[in-house]
Amino acid sequence: MARAAKNAPDRTSDTLLDIRNLRIEATVYPPGEDPKNVVIVDDVSVKLERGKVLGLIGESGAGKSTIGLSSMGYGRGGVRITGGEVILNGRDILKGGPSGFRKLRGREVCYVAQSAAAAFNPAHRLMRQVIEASLKHGVSSRAEAEKRAIALFKEVSLPDPEHIGNRYPHQVSGGQLQRVMTAMALCSKPDLIVFDEPTTALDVTTQIDVLAAIKKAIRDTGVAALYITHDLAVVAQVADDIMVLRHGKKVEKGDTHQIIKEPRQAYTNALVSVHSIPHEEQKPAAPLLSVKNVTAAYGGGTVKVLKNVSVEVAAGQTLAVVGESGSGKSTLARAITGLLPPMEGSVEFDGRTLPKRLADRTKNDLRELQMIYQMADVAMNPRQTVGTIIGRPIEFYFGKRGRERDRMVAELLDKIEMGTGFGDRYPAELSGGQKQRVCIARALAAKPKLIICDEVTSALDPLVANGILKLLLNLQKEENVAYVFITHDLATVKSIADSIAVMYQGSVVRYGPKSKVLAPPFDAYTDLLLSSVPEMELGWLEKAMASRRMEAAGN
Amino acid sequence: MGAPLLKLVGKRIGLSIGLLFAVSVLIFVGTQILPGDVAQSILGQAATPEAVANLRAQLGLNDPAYVRYFHWLFGLLTGNLGTALSNGLPIGPAIAERLKNTLFLAFWAAAVSIPLSIILGLIAVRHKNGFIDKLISASTLAAISLPDFFIGYLLIYFVAVKLGWFTSVSTVYDGMPFLSRMVAIALPALTLTLVVLAQMMRMTRAAILNVMQSAYVETAELKGLSRSEIIWRHAFPNAVAPIINVVMLNLAYLVVGVVVIEVIFVYPGMGQYLVDHVAKRDVPVVQDCGLIFAAVYIGLNMLADIFSILSNPRLRHPK
Repeated sequence: MARAAKNAPDRTSDTLLDIRNLRIEATVYPPGEDPKNVVIVDDVSVKLERGKVLGLIGESGAGKSTIGLSSMGYGRGGVRITGGEVILNGRDILKGGPSGFRKLRGREVCYVAQSAAAAFNPAHRLMRQVIEASLKHGVSSRAEAEKRAIALFKEVSLPDPEHIGNRYPHQVSGGQLQRVMTAMALCSKPDLIVFDEPTTALDVTTQIDVLAAIKKAIRDTGVAALYITHDLAVVAQVADDIMVLRHGKKVEKGDTHQIIKEPRQAYTNALVSVHSIPHEEQKPAAPLLSVKNVTAAYGGGTVKVLKNVSVEVAAGQTLAVVGESGSGKSTLARAITGLLPPMEGSVEFDGRTLPKRLADRTKNDLRELQMIYQMADVAMNPRQTVGTIIGRPIEFYFGKRGRERDRMVAELLDKIEMGTGFGDRYPAELSGGQKQRVCIARALAAKPKLIICDEVTSALDPLVANGILKLLLNLQKEENVAYVFITHDLATVKSIADSIAVMYQGSVVRYGPKSKVLAPPFDAYTDLLLSSVPEMELGWLEKAMASRRMEAAGN
Repeated sequence: MGAPLLKLVGKRIGLSIGLLFAVSVLIFVGTQILPGDVAQSILGQAATPEAVANLRAQLGLNDPAYVRYFHWLFGLLTGNLGTALSNGLPIGPAIAERLKNTLFLAFWAAAVSIPLSIILGLIAVRHKNGFIDKLISASTLAAISLPDFFIGYLLIYFVAVKLGWFTSVSTVYDGMPFLSRMVAIALPALTLTLVVLAQMMRMTRAAILNVMQSAYVETAELKGLSRSEIIWRHAFPNAVAPIINVVMLNLAYLVVGVVVIEVIFVYPGMGQYLVDHVAKRDVPVVQDCGLIFAAVYIGLNMLADIFSILSNPRLRHPK
């Protein structure tokens, strides 16, 4: 009897979650070395009161998800909690063992994942998954749970709340799924929800809707939340307090206003002031690349994804192509490179018309037009060293071998601010930013006139992304290379573009020099796009939602 | 249920029918290029050239190959399987009797082995890398590592000869009571079960473990579900397609691959029938048996593909 009482949740105290001196370790297996122990979270204490929202922020590897999941007694990929206490509802849950964890997961603490699209089971209807935890823990009967789910679907402003539960996950858009997942977390009436980057994978225009829905749901249900993200501007909209983490240690904790306005630590300051690269717009010049009235389609002309697109970029300048997913930005890159031959229109480059198909282009055409991708890891052969990866275009295009090639590789490594020592490393031994630098060096090795950068900084932490952008700008000055910079991130655009093309549903809706495109009056879509970029201001979300002229496409 | 789904399934069925025709050509050509002469082998070495020529004319062997092929094909499509050369009896009824026996044996072997292997696979996943998992893996692997005839003889030696529980000869005949029929096929059915168990069990285990890496399994875990609930409710439905495929392959083996087992247990099924008539160079019987085996194989693979298509919610419930 006494033991049962010890393990039962006690909801009388104001403190909901009290993590004390948490230490989490994992065993990693680096290639070619013995397995070693790494400390992921080191002596972190977190205290959360009922109904409050705490933002955990930091770059990848800061341990924020690990801390969030520790409140459910869960460790991803073999991490172990090796020290400290996790006191939830008045008892240390780490003493409860597996069955204790199962009782609190889905009941006292629920989880909202980054990618709802992957976190829902494709084989079951949404409703079945939403009410599963409520039924499992005996919170309510099936009928009651379904009723509550529908009320919650309304709460997070999903369309057709009565019937959306009958759908399968693949029948619902990403932004909507993220809201269904929020409703699912709320359904079993938990005390705490762990939001793990719930809007990071979404388009900026969809993110704002989901963010507003999450904020409203938290307020209306009075649930407490740990909100994990790397984006300070986002967390500033929902959190009462913010804790900044780095390398598994606490950097700073304070209320939201203090963190974003009066940061006390240098690192926090760097996070707050990120993304402000001064960049003087260059005057329009004769075009190096001109895309003329290009129309392209998938499936033999059935699905038109590019409609009559015309853009230009001058030598040594940057054209930014912005738009949400599905707007056709990456398809434009595929049409320029010849991977998807355009149905109509032409691509002129350096005074000549390029053959439409990649296979018909000369080696010189290929050399002068290089590409860098979003996912640096998958764009490199994991079994080749950095030296081989960078050296390959030198051999292929210029026929240089041996010492001459090694000298050029060393030069390139120097250009991307990495030492020659990296030549013998494998991609797996590099950080995300270093990998992207190697991809940049590989593109530069061909001495191209134009590089297409497809979301090259999207997968990186803000500070690292900033470094990459600065590098790209420096290289542009040195090598006089032009960029077509595809991105959905408007802050990036402001930092590096000379001209901007805004794409929406396959068409260019706004195009011109940066200063003109980013100056009012705006068309409805550009306005939506610009006003959806989170700003590091308290109350920005409410203001932005109130002044919107157009619904986001994900709705 | 949408039109694209029906189209996919229709396509798959059409493909199977086309494939079956192609196989019929292959079988026909294959039996034609065998060395020797059917008439000669029926009559034996001592036959006079006149007798051989007469028989050739009588059997229609002088017609061009394509005429004989279409003659054969037309007969098959109208249910006439032709006449056996060796005894002059119609092939149809003989094959029907044998096929019934083969399907009877295959059915009971499948009825035991399929649920058993899937359940063992689920248990293995539940106790992943534990003692039970290793025991299941090791014993099923041991069973598949032994040649099927060797398992058959082992069972005959220990179960039939030493223990005397079942007879070593699985004779069945028309009008045999169900129960004694079951007793007769016990040993061959057990042998077949042991042979097919490992592959299906290991595929079940691998397919489910693969799905267990998914984010939605983590979601289920974070809802507080137990491991068994997660495996059964969240992992298994998404692992069905590969499991169905390997189940169908093994079903096909149970029908067309049992020649050796039937010979060992002297079971009057298709396999034995085929072997007998290959020895007698009875070409029409060999052709018919070959085509029936091919039809079973193609049909089961087609079913596997159709079930896989149907098990995909994206195709079943399009946007």
